[in-house]
Amino acid sequence: MLTPSHFSAVLLFATFASVVFGITQRSTAGAMVKYGLYCFALFVVAVVGAGWVMWLIRH
Amino acid sequence: MASNAQVSAKGGAQSGAVSSNLAYAALVLGWLVPGAGHVLVKRPFRGLFLFLSITSMFVLGVAMQGKLYGPNTGEILNVLGFVGDLGSGLLYIVAKSLDYGHAAVQVATADYGTKFAVVAGLLNFIAAIDAHNIGIGRKA
Repeated sequence: MLTPSHFSAVLLFATFASVVFGITQRSTAGAMVKYGLYCFALFVVAVVGAGWVMWLIRH
Repeated sequence: MASNAQVSAKGGAQSGAVSSNLAYAALVLGWLVPGAGHVLVKRPFRGLFLFLSITSMFVLGVAMQGKLYGPNTGEILNVLGFVGDLGSGLLYIVAKSLDYGHAAVQVATADYGTKFAVVAGLLNFIAAIDAHNIGIGRKA
């Protein structure tokens, strides 16, 4: 059974979803890469932000 | 003059029908095999990346002991999960026939696995529709 850490799971999810979003939502190669990186950054920043919010609520 | 226009219109309709058939074939093939629709509409590199991403996501989901939803469970959330899983096309059919993902283990990674499999299917729906849009000329 594969048991990645929470953060590894987030990185995997963000990587695969960003690739698909980049390819399907833009038309040129450059724009696809930019949009994919943008989505990846948003996924990771949102998760880290949500983690800190939960930490603040806990404390 | 009028007959030329009619011939031209008829030719355009025929090529449109061929293009439309290809676009629908890309939609169905893209659903069955992630990325195959893009290969059909001559975007092989996009198809390869989509195949790698969606297949990896689905396989990782199953490897994490994620649950694969089945039809006819009666509950609306299970039906939605089934629709999401079904988006992976042959991946779902093969995994289900090999009896993978029959029950969720009560650990966080198994729950993640369930979500990975559902989202892989939903992403494949987006990819298949994208292949259709390329086929009909709506997207480059």
